[in-house]
Amino acid sequence: MTGLLVLTGSILLVAAFALIYRILTLIEIAKGRQDYQPGGNSHAINGVLFILFFIVGFGLFFWYSGKAAENFLPEAASEHGKLTDRLFWITTGITFVVFFLTHALLFLSPYFFRYRKDRKALWWPDNTKLEVAWTVVPAIVLTILILGGWWIWRDVTAPAPDNSLEVEIVGKQFNWMVRYGGKDGKIGKHNFRKIDATNQLGMDFAADKSNFDDFVPREIHLPKGRSVLLKIRARDVLHSVFLPHFRVKMDAVPGMPTSFWFTPTKTTEEMRRELNDPNFNYELACTEICGQGHFAMRMVVVVSEPEEFEKWYASQEPWAKQNADYIASLNLENSKELAALFNQK
Amino acid sequence: MATVNIDLHHSVEEHVHHHDEHEHHHESFIRKYIFSEDHKVIAKQFLFTGIFWAIIGGLLSIIFRLQLGFPEANLEFLRPILGDWITAQGKLDQNFYLALVTMHGTIMVFFVLTAGLSGTFSNFLIPLQIGARDMASGFLNMLSYWFFFLSSVVMFISLFIETGPASGGWVVYPPLSALPQAMPGSGLGMTLWLISMSLFIVSSLLGGINYITTVINLRTEGMSFSKLPLTIWAFFLTAVLGLLSFPVLFAAALLLIFDRSFGTSFYLSEIYINGEALHNVGGSPVLYQHLFWFLGHPEVYIVMLPGLGITSEIIATNSRKPIFGYRAMIGSLLGITFLAFIVWAHHMFVSGMNPFLGTIFMFLTLIIAVPSAVKVFNYLATLWRGNIVFTPAMLFSIGLVSLFITGGVTGIALGNSAVDIQLHDTYYVVAHFHLVMGAASFFGMVAGIYHWFPKMFGRMMNEKLGYVHFWITFIGVYMVFFPMHYLGIAGFPRRYYSWTNFNAFDSFADLNAFISTAAIITMAAQLIFLFNFFYSIFRGRLAPANPWRSNTLEWTTPRFPGHGNWPGKIPTVYRWPYDYSKPGAKEDYIPQHIPYSETPESNLPHENELIALEKEFAK
Repeated sequence: MTGLLVLTGSILLVAAFALIYRILTLIEIAKGRQDYQPGGNSHAINGVLFILFFIVGFGLFFWYSGKAAENFLPEAASEHGKLTDRLFWITTGITFVVFFLTHALLFLSPYFFRYRKDRKALWWPDNTKLEVAWTVVPAIVLTILILGGWWIWRDVTAPAPDNSLEVEIVGKQFNWMVRYGGKDGKIGKHNFRKIDATNQLGMDFAADKSNFDDFVPREIHLPKGRSVLLKIRARDVLHSVFLPHFRVKMDAVPGMPTSFWFTPTKTTEEMRRELNDPNFNYELACTEICGQGHFAMRMVVVVSEPEEFEKWYASQEPWAKQNADYIASLNLENSKELAALFNQK
Repeated sequence: MATVNIDLHHSVEEHVHHHDEHEHHHESFIRKYIFSEDHKVIAKQFLFTGIFWAIIGGLLSIIFRLQLGFPEANLEFLRPILGDWITAQGKLDQNFYLALVTMHGTIMVFFVLTAGLSGTFSNFLIPLQIGARDMASGFLNMLSYWFFFLSSVVMFISLFIETGPASGGWVVYPPLSALPQAMPGSGLGMTLWLISMSLFIVSSLLGGINYITTVINLRTEGMSFSKLPLTIWAFFLTAVLGLLSFPVLFAAALLLIFDRSFGTSFYLSEIYINGEALHNVGGSPVLYQHLFWFLGHPEVYIVMLPGLGITSEIIATNSRKPIFGYRAMIGSLLGITFLAFIVWAHHMFVSGMNPFLGTIFMFLTLIIAVPSAVKVFNYLATLWRGNIVFTPAMLFSIGLVSLFITGGVTGIALGNSAVDIQLHDTYYVVAHFHLVMGAASFFGMVAGIYHWFPKMFGRMMNEKLGYVHFWITFIGVYMVFFPMHYLGIAGFPRRYYSWTNFNAFDSFADLNAFISTAAIITMAAQLIFLFNFFYSIFRGRLAPANPWRSNTLEWTTPRFPGHGNWPGKIPTVYRWPYDYSKPGAKEDYIPQHIPYSETPESNLPHENELIALEKEFAK
C-alpha cells in the first residue's frame, strides 16, 4: 500500500514538473523570445535576491551569534587555553572582516552590474599594483597569525615541567582508564602482553616494582594550579583524549605513547559557581572514531584545591592491594613482601 | 616549439581521418554508447554515474541527519529499506550510523567530486577547448571509465552485505579498519572498500595520464599554454595532482591489505583486543595517516580545482569581461598545486607526531591561503563593473565563490596548530570542509552542467527551474553548514551517534533539528534539478550554436558534434579566450578562432604586430 502511494506520488510529482516546464517554455515563446537570450528578463530579480540574501544572511548571523554566544568555546580552565582562545578570537575577528567585505562586494556587484542591453562591461584584464597589494597584505596578516600560533604551540608542546603530576590515560573500546603513580609518584611500566580481564592496564609487576603502589580510580582527579602531564596510550584502536574545558586534545595510539601537559586553573566548584550550574562536571571525551561506542566514552574530571587533592590522593588504595589474589597468582619473588611494603600507610 | 606542435597535430588529424571512415561503417550500439572511445560519450558516462552516486551519497546523509536532528524519533518507517539496521526499538543501529558517515564521505569525495566532476568535465572539455579530435588514447579513456564502473559496482555491493560497508570513517585509519574484531564494518565491508578504491585509483590514473598527455600534445594550432582557457589549466593541474598522489594512497591501501590479510605489522603494534594480545609489534598507525593524507590533502584540491576552473570560465563569460589577472590565476593554480603536496600533516597536529613537524606544516598551510585569496579577489574584480548575465550557471558560480570564501576563512583558524587543538575533529572542521570543498565543488559541478548542457545534449535546460534550484540550494547549503560552526566552537565532536551522554555537548538540540530539516529541504530541491536535467535531454529547446556568446572553441562545433568534434578542419587559435567587451569591438565577445586581421577596430597595439605572424600561420 505504501509502495503504491509512493509510486503514485512520484508520478504526479514528475507530471507536475513536466507541466510547469512546458508552461514556462510556452510563455517564453509567446513573449516572442524565439531567439534565446541568456538570463532572459530575470536580471533584476536575481540581483535583488543577492542583496536580500546578503542582508538577511548577515542579520541572521549576528542575531544567532549573540544568542548562541554563551555556548561558544566553553569557559577555558587551563593556562594555555586562555591563550589559544585569544588567538582563536583574533583570527575570527580578522577573518570576519575579510568575510564581510568580500561578501559585500560579491553580493552587491550582481545587482549594480546586472545585465543591461545598452551597457558595456569595463575592459579591465589586470592591474599589477592591485594584484601585488592583495597578495602581499594577506601574506603579512597570515604571517602575524602564524607567529602568534607558533609562539603558543611552542610552549604548549614543550616538555612538561619537572614537578608535574603524571597521570596515565588509556583508551580502549569503549571506555577510558586512568592510573596514578601512587606514593612514589612513578607510573609503573606496562606490557600489552600482560593485559587480561583483571589487569586491564597490563601493569608489568615483574618488570617494575613501582607498579605496586599505583592506583586506578574511576574518575580523574587533578589539583588546581599544578602542571599535569597526561601520558596517553591506547589498547586496541586509535582514540583521542579530548578535555574541552582545558583545550586539550591528543590522540591515543596503540604502540606509540603520546602525551600532553597543561595546568588547570579552576576547580570544579569554582566552575559550578561561575556557570551557575550545580551539576557541572569537567569531562573527558573521545574524538577519534573508534567504533560503536565512540560517542559514549565519557569520564568525569574533578579539579580541586591542592590540599583537597592531596587528601584524595593519599586515600586511594593501590590496585595491587585491591587485587592481592592476582598478585599472588603471579608467583613473583618476594611479591608478598613487596606488596606489603607498598601497601602500608 | 610551434613547429613541433603543428607536426604532431597533423599526424593526429590523419589518424582521426581513419577513425572517421570507421564511423561511416556505422559503429555498433555497443561501441558507440557503452564501450565508446569518444571522449564526449565517456564524459556523459562519468556524469550519469556521478549523478547516481550523488543521489546515494545524499540519501545516506539524510538518514544520519535524521538520527542527529531527531534522536528521539522512531525510524521504524525506514525498515523496508534498511532492514535490521533499524533496531527493535526503532533506532538506527550505532554501527550502521558509522557506516553511513563513512560511505557518505567516500562516495562524495571520490565517486562524485573526483570521478563525477573531473571525469565529466576533463573528458568533455579538454579536447573541445584545446581543439583536439579526441583524447590522446581513446582506449585508455574507455578503460578509465570501466575501471571506475567496476569500482562503483564493488562499492555498491558493499552497501548490502550483512556486516555492513566499511565504517571506520572515510579516512579508514587502522587499527580500527585493520581489525575485523574492532567493528563489523572492518570485515568484508572493508575488504570491498579496499578493492573498490584500488580499482578507483587505477581508473583515475588512466584518466589523469590521458588528460595530461592530451593537453601537452594535442593542442590545436596557435593554442599555446598562454592561450588556454582556465578550465583547461585547472583540469591539467588536477590531473598532475592526482597522478602524483593517488599512487601513494594505493601504497597505503596495499599495506593495509597486507596487515589485514597476511599478518604483517605496518600499521599495527601492541594491540590487545577481544581478550587477546595480537602478535603485531613495531608498526605505526601514524605511518598510515602520513600516507593517507599525502593523497588526502591533494585530494581536496583535486576536488576543488576543476570547480575553480569552471567558475573562472563561467564568471568571465557571464560578466562579459575578461577574467581579471589571467596570469595571476594561472600562477595561483600552480602555487596551490605545488603547495598541496606539502601541507598534508595539518590534518595530524594532534595525532602524536613530533610537534616540530606541526610547526613546519602550520607555516606551509597558511602560505597556501595566499593563492586561494588571490583567486577570490580576482573573481570579485572580474564581477566589478561587468555586465552580468544571470544564467543558472552564473548563479552557481557566484555561489561557489561565496562558499569558497566562507569555508576558506575558517581554514585559517584550523591551519593554526595552536587553535586546532580545540577545533580538531569537531563540527567546526565539518563545517569548514563541507563549505570549502564539498558544497563549493558541488556548485562548480552543477554550474558546469548548466553551462555545458547545450554542448553535451544539444538542448537547453529550463532557466526558471534553474533559478529556483539555485536559490533553494544556496540558502539550504548555508542553513545546513553555517550552524555547524556554532556546534564546533562549542566543542561537539564529529562522528558522534548522539551527544546526550555529555554535559558539555547537551546544548543545541534545536540547532541540530534545524540543520537536519534544512538538509532534507535542500536534498528535496535537487529533484527540481534532476527533473530539469533528464527532461531537457529529450524535451529541452534546441540549443543555439553559441548560447552564452562565449569565446572558447567548443562553441564552434556543430550542435551535435560527432566523434572527431569538428566536421572539417580544426579551427586555429589566434587569441586568448577572454576577449569580452573589448573596446572598439562590434560585439561584446571575440571567439578565440577569430584572427586579429579581422578585428582591426579592437586590436591593441601589440596585437596588430601579430597580424603578420598570423599570415605565416595561414601558409
